[in-house]
Amino acid sequence: MADVSILETFDVERGAFETAGEASATIKRTLKRLGVDVGILRRVAVATYEVELNLIIHSLGGRLELAVDENWVRVTSRDRGPGIPDIDKAMTEGYSTAPEDVRTLGFGAGMGLPNMKRNADDFSIASEVGVGTTICMGFKLR
Amino acid sequence: MKTREIAEILSAEMLTEDNPAIDIRSACGSDMMSDVLAFVKDQTVLVTGLTNPHVIRTAEMLDVSCIVFCRGKRPDEEMLEMARERDIVVLSTRHTMYVACGLLYTHGIVGCESTRR
Ligand SMILES: Nc1ncnc2c1ncn2[C@@H]1O[C@H](COP(=O)(O)OP(=O)(O)O)[C@@H](O)[C@H]1O
Ligand SMILES: [Mg+2]
Repeated sequence: MADVSILETFDVERGAFETAGEASATIKRTLKRLGVDVGILRRVAVATYEVELNLIIHSLGGRLELAVDENWVRVTSRDRGPGIPDIDKAMTEGYSTAPEDVRTLGFGAGMGLPNMKRNADDFSIASEVGVGTTICMGFKLR
Repeated sequence: MKTREIAEILSAEMLTEDNPAIDIRSACGSDMMSDVLAFVKDQTVLVTGLTNPHVIRTAEMLDVSCIVFCRGKRPDEEMLEMARERDIVVLSTRHTMYVACGLLYTHGIVGCESTRR
């Protein structure tokens, strides 16, 4: 994996359920091609899928970014709002503001943010109401 | 456990081609993909009554190689094609989720909670 440096970005639109998971699947394929260990690969895929779903369900739209160097896989999500008023509450398992139609699709159990944190080796979230939310996740390769 | 055996235990119909290389150790039964994403680990069969393309996407992220649709649910051809493209074996059983999971459990397939990270 030495000297690998990769950068990919994906725009994710609000309400784009039809294509939900395409960015995450592409990221997973890219990392698989680079020979990333399957255990790490699954953690990246799950956390990225959760963050992608949140862009679709909760944000006004945003962008996912993949960066890889020899030691880390980093996935960053930046969106255009609406922001999260209470991050501690949002990080609690079971807390969700997802509407009923999202639940019918099988999402909105309020497990996403805690699941990202659990799967990533490094996790940070910053949010400002009216501005947007940024989530950075790091996965150690060695 | 082979997917062929799982099909026999559940009297299930196999809607895709079998893949004898798959070896199942645990199961996760849920209609909430959010919960599935939080619990599934390795070599897991997903038992669900939900039939929308997000089920296949979720399975893809988790490397789930076998999905059992319960209560007689059958995915449409588009979903089956998505599953084939991802080398996922798809079964359909008439049993309810409770019975399907119970049958698998009595045959030695454990739950996922013990393997949660
Ligand atoms: N990008 C985001 N923008 C605004 N709010 C968000 C965002 N991501 C998460 N949230 C808020 O945090 C809550 C918890 O998120 P999560 O744990 O992923 O659960 P779920 O997506 O099932 O609701 C959401 O219901 C929503 O209120
Ligand atoms: Mg979520």
